[in-house]
Amino acid sequence: MDHIFFFYFAAVIAATSLLVVALRNPVYSALSLLIMFFHVAGLYVTLHAEFLAAVQIVVYAGAILVLYLFVVMLLSIKSEERYHSQLPVAGLLGVMLCTEVILLFIQSRTGAAAPAAADPIAGPGNTEMIGEALYSTYLFPFEVASLILLVAMIGAIILAKKDINEPVQ
Amino acid sequence: MAVPLSYYLILSGFVFLTGVVGVLIRRNIIVILLSVELMLNATNINFVAFSEYFHNVAGQVFVFFALTVAAAEVAVGLAIIIALHRAHSSIYIDDLNLLKR
Repeated sequence: MDHIFFFYFAAVIAATSLLVVALRNPVYSALSLLIMFFHVAGLYVTLHAEFLAAVQIVVYAGAILVLYLFVVMLLSIKSEERYHSQLPVAGLLGVMLCTEVILLFIQSRTGAAAPAAADPIAGPGNTEMIGEALYSTYLFPFEVASLILLVAMIGAIILAKKDINEPVQ
Repeated sequence: MAVPLSYYLILSGFVFLTGVVGVLIRRNIIVILLSVELMLNATNINFVAFSEYFHNVAGQVFVFFALTVAAAEVAVGLAIIIALHRAHSSIYIDDLNLLKR
């Protein structure tokens, strides 16, 4: 049963990630990325990370992707008629990287077996565990993350402003 | 029977490579940023899979931070794209060759 779910999610994730790169129209690319985000969230549920699945849908699909679509509509971009001129080099590099990864995985099969997943521990739920780790062990990174968001907010406002030197009338 | 860890690694490797190729072959800056999102999601899948298999919640906390950085990257990146479009009225990287001239 786990395998069926995994292969369904994996197939859709692989197909939609290819479509993101291959489709000429940026709106279609963004929409296939939306489908991919939902299936990644499903994969998280099968991995017992329910909180992250919810966050994935709310933040990625709800906020980040809407922002992308908003900018695509704002700039009214036509679909591009051709790929970048470095396509042959990029294709070669992609094929080389792909064979490298496949070779590494084939070699690792003969090595030590991956640790088998133990049964899920009966205890506090996923969200409680994340919250406990986030607010005790990772309290300082958590505060730094808030600083990163503040800097991004200020930077986005300043960059997207019409003219920073223009006096306000 | 549980899915082996290597399956998740292969999936995330495939998605990551798709993102790398997307960054290299596309001319539209918005689609290049979408490909960066693909790469970030591939690493997130890895983090969550390892977190499940080692029973360590730290991996999921790191996905949380990766998500924060992704949100910041999108906000600043899209602001840069809007500023570029205003200055050059184009968002194709072929047209942005100011340093080459």
